[in-house]
Amino acid sequence: MNNRKELIQEISGVNPYKCMKCGKCSATCPSFNFMDIKPHQFVTYVLNDDVEALANSKSLWKCLSCFACVERCPRDVKPGKLIDAARQTVIRQKDADYLKPDAVPELLDEDVPQQLLVSAFRRYRR
Amino acid sequence: MSINQNEEFTPKIVAFCCNWCSYAGADLAGSSRLAYPADVKIIRVPCSCRVNPMFILRAFEKGADGVILCGCHPGDCHYSTGNYYARRRMTLLFSMLDFIGVENGRTRVEWVSAAEGVKFSTTMNEFVEKIRSLGKNVRLGDLRCKN
Amino acid sequence: MQRIGVFVCHCGSNIAATVDVAKVVEMAKSEPGVVHAEDYQYMCSEVGQAKIVEAIETHNLTGIVVCSCSPRMHEATFRKCVEKAGLNPYMVEIANIREHCSWIHKDMEEATKKAVILMRAAVAKVNLNAPLKPGESRVTKRALVIGGGIAGIQTALDIADAGYEVDIVEKTPSIGGRMSQLDKTFPTLDCSACILTPKMVEASAHEKINIYTYSEVDKVTGFVGDFTVDIRKKARSVDIDKCTGCGACQEKCPSKKSPSEFNRGLNTRTAIYTPFAQAIPNVPVIDRDACIKFKTGKCGLCSTVCAAGAIDYEQKDEIVTQKYGAIVVATGFDMIKLDNYDEYAYSQSKDVITSLELERIMNAAGPTKGHLERLSDGKAPKNIVFVQCVGSRCSDNRGKSYCSKICCMYTAKHAMLIRDKYPDVNVTVFYIDVRTPGKNFDEFYRRAVEEYGVNYIKGQVGKVAPQPDGKLLVYGSDLIDNKQIQMEADMVVLAAAIEPDPSVRQIATMLTASIDTNNFLTEAHAKLRPVESPTAGVFLSGVCQGPKDIPETVAQAGAAAVKAIGLLAKDKLLTNPCTAKSDELLCNGCSQCANVCPYGAISYEDRELNDHGVRRTSRVAVVNNALCQGCGACTVTCPSGAMDLQGFSNRQILAEVDAICR
Repeated sequence: MNNRKELIQEISGVNPYKCMKCGKCSATCPSFNFMDIKPHQFVTYVLNDDVEALANSKSLWKCLSCFACVERCPRDVKPGKLIDAARQTVIRQKDADYLKPDAVPELLDEDVPQQLLVSAFRRYRR
Repeated sequence: MSINQNEEFTPKIVAFCCNWCSYAGADLAGSSRLAYPADVKIIRVPCSCRVNPMFILRAFEKGADGVILCGCHPGDCHYSTGNYYARRRMTLLFSMLDFIGVENGRTRVEWVSAAEGVKFSTTMNEFVEKIRSLGKNVRLGDLRCKN
Repeated sequence: MQRIGVFVCHCGSNIAATVDVAKVVEMAKSEPGVVHAEDYQYMCSEVGQAKIVEAIETHNLTGIVVCSCSPRMHEATFRKCVEKAGLNPYMVEIANIREHCSWIHKDMEEATKKAVILMRAAVAKVNLNAPLKPGESRVTKRALVIGGGIAGIQTALDIADAGYEVDIVEKTPSIGGRMSQLDKTFPTLDCSACILTPKMVEASAHEKINIYTYSEVDKVTGFVGDFTVDIRKKARSVDIDKCTGCGACQEKCPSKKSPSEFNRGLNTRTAIYTPFAQAIPNVPVIDRDACIKFKTGKCGLCSTVCAAGAIDYEQKDEIVTQKYGAIVVATGFDMIKLDNYDEYAYSQSKDVITSLELERIMNAAGPTKGHLERLSDGKAPKNIVFVQCVGSRCSDNRGKSYCSKICCMYTAKHAMLIRDKYPDVNVTVFYIDVRTPGKNFDEFYRRAVEEYGVNYIKGQVGKVAPQPDGKLLVYGSDLIDNKQIQMEADMVVLAAAIEPDPSVRQIATMLTASIDTNNFLTEAHAKLRPVESPTAGVFLSGVCQGPKDIPETVAQAGAAAVKAIGLLAKDKLLTNPCTAKSDELLCNGCSQCANVCPYGAISYEDRELNDHGVRRTSRVAVVNNALCQGCGACTVTCPSGAMDLQGFSNRQILAEVDAICR
C-alpha cells in the first residue's frame, strides 16, 4: 500500500509537522514498556515515510487507545490518533487479517468474554 | 465594432501600488533593472485600502485591459489593517466583475514588500502575459470613450 | 485653472539614454494647464532647483510636475524647493520616469511613450491639487508611565533625568512589580532587592517623578502630544501624607487571614497591609473586603493605635485629571493560571508550586524565611523535579503558543541555588529544549550541569501523581535514552508560562493601541520601531510587548524613554496634511468610517448645517488631523462618498486613471 502515509494522515486528521518532540506522550503512556516504537516516535515514522515499519510494529496492537497522549499533547498532534489510523489501515486491507470461524476454537481461552467474540465477528466478517 | 487583428495588441494596464511596500518594491525592481512590459502604469496610493472599487471600474470603463492592486503583505501594513480591508473589498469586486464578464484574470491582488523587486517584476510579467492571452477587454468599456 | 510647469530630468544618462526627454517636454506643452516645460541634466542639483524657482517666478506657476526619479527619493527635495519660491509644497507631483520607466525598458520609443503617459497622469493630478498645510499640535511636556515595575521605574527615571515631569501609575499599593518578588537574578545571582530597591528609592525621591500607587488609569482622551488622562486613586483608607510608616496598625490588626498577594498566596497578611517591607511608598492600605471595621462596623483598632491619625475610613476614590504629551505602557506580566493543567496536580498538592512561588520560598523575607521546605508538612525535600514549558509553546487552547523565554534561565538559577545551599538535594529538570541565548547565559546553564550536578532530562513530564505518603510520583520520559521514567519527588516546580498582565487589554483599548492574539502590545514595526505603538505618542516598555528578562526589559525601558523624550523635546508637532476630510453636507453620520479607522481619529459631532439654504442639524463625522495618518480606509468605506483623502482625493486618482487609459 503506497499511500498508507496519506491514508494515515487522512484518517487521523493529524498534522505530524506540528510535533515539537517534547515527549509528553511517551511520559504518560501506560503501554510504553510493551511497545517497540514509542509514542513520541510515531510522528517521526510517518514523516520519514517509514509507515510500513509502523504498520508492522508491535506498538500498533499494544496501544490501549486510552488517549492520554491525545489529551495531554501540547501541540495538538495526538499520537494516539495517529497509531489508531495506522491500525485502521492495516485492518482495512482487503482479504487480510480475517478471522476465519474455523480458527476460532484454537484461539479461544476461557477468559475471553463472549462479547468480544461477537464483536470480532461483526467487525471482521466478510 | 471590429478589432483590427493585424494591429499588435498593446494592453493598457493600471497598477495601484501602496506607498510603503509595493511602490518601493517597484522602485527596487527599477533599480535592479528587472524588466517588465511598458504596458503597466503605476498609480501611487497611500495604502491598498485607499483603492476605491470605483477607481477600478473607471479604469475598465476608460478602456483598461487589466487592473492589479499591490499592497503590503498581510500583517505588514503600514497602517496595521489596511490591506485586510483591501483584500475583502477586492474579493467582492472581482467576483462581481467576473459575473458581468470582466474575467478574473484581468484583475489581481498581489502582496509585494519593499524588498521584493523580483516578485514585483515577475508578477507584472505574468499579469501582462495573462492579459495578452485574454485579449482586449470589451466589457464595461464606455462607448463614448472610443476614438 | 492651474498654471503648471513640467520639468523633465535627464538624470545624466539614467533617463535620457532610454527616454527621449525632448519629446516628453514637447508633449507636455500641449497638456491642459501646462504653461511651461523644460528639461535639464540634473533637476535635483542646485542649478536644476534654481531653474524651477526661476520658472515659478517668471511664469507665475501654481503647480509643478517633475519627471524624474521615484518620489520616495526626491519628493521632499522638490517640495522644499518650491516652498522657497513661495509655492505650497503640496503643489508638486513627481512622475517616476526612472525606476518605473527608463531603468526597466530598453526600447526608446516604448519608454518615451510610457514616460509621456506618466507625465500626463502627474499633470492631470496636479490640476486638481490644492495647497495643504500641515497642522500643528502642541506638546504637553509631561509623560505618563503606566506600571511601576522595573520597566516603568527605569523609563520614568530616564525621562525624568532628561528634565521632564513623569507620573507613574501603579495599581498595587507599592511600586516594584514582579522583580521585587524575585530572590536572585540570573546570570550573576545578585539579590533582586539589592539592585531594585535603590532604583525604587531613586524614583520616589526624584523631584520630577510623581508616583500614584494603588491607582489605575480610568480614561484616556486626546492624541499624541496632548493626551488627557483620568487617574483613579483608589481609596487607601490611610492618609498618605500623615502616615509615618511605623507599622503599628499592621501589628494590631485582628484580621490576619487574607492571602498575601505579594507571597503568591503562600501565607497570609493582615487587612491593613503594606505588600512588603521595602514598599514604596511605605504607607499601608486597608483591604476593605477583609477589614472587620468595614464588614461589621466594629473594630477601628488601627485608628486607635495610629499616633499620626492617618487612618481615614471615610476616604473615597479620587479622580485626578492630568495632561500628558507621551504615554509609556509598562504593564508587565503575570504567570498563567494552571487550572487547566490537572495532570500536574498543581491544585491537588501544596508541594507542586510555580517558579514564582519558589522564588518567594527561597527568599529570606518569604513565607518560609528562606528555608526550602515542603509547604504541606514543612519537611526538607530530598528530591525536587522541575518541569519546563508548562503552558508555553502549546498550540492547544490550554496554554500559550509562544516561548516564555525566561524559564530556562530561571530554572537553571533555581537548580543551582538549591544545589549550592542544599548539596544533598537531588535536582532533576525535565526539558524539551534548553534555550539560553544571551550574554553568559549558556555558560550559566552549563555550570548548573557541570559544576552543580543538576540532572537535565530531555522529555516533557506527562503526569504528577500525589501519593498517599505525601510523595509525588512524576511520570516523565527520557527521549535520548528512549525510556519512560517514573520518579518520586518531594517537590515539583512548574515553569508556568508568562502572560501579559490582564489589565493591559483595557489599557490598550483606552489608548487605541493594538494588541495581538496573546494580548501583547503590537509594535509600530517589528524590527525598526520596536518600542513604539502604532498609535502615535504611545510607547512600549517591558514584557507588555513580549517576553523579556530583566536586562532586556531595562534596555527597552531606556529605549522607550528616549522615544518619549524625543517627542517631549518638541514644542509643536507638524502633522501630515494628507489626512481624511469629511464633507459635512454629504455625511449621514453612519459611523462606518470610525469602525475601520485604525487610529480612532474619527468622532461624531452634531453640527448645524446650511444645506443649500436649508438649516438642519446633523450628526457628522469629524476627523482629528493629529490622529489621522492618511491611510484612506474610511474613504472607501463611506457609503455616501462624504469622506475623501487630501492629497490623494478621489478626483485626483480618477484623473490619473483617465490619463493612463486615455
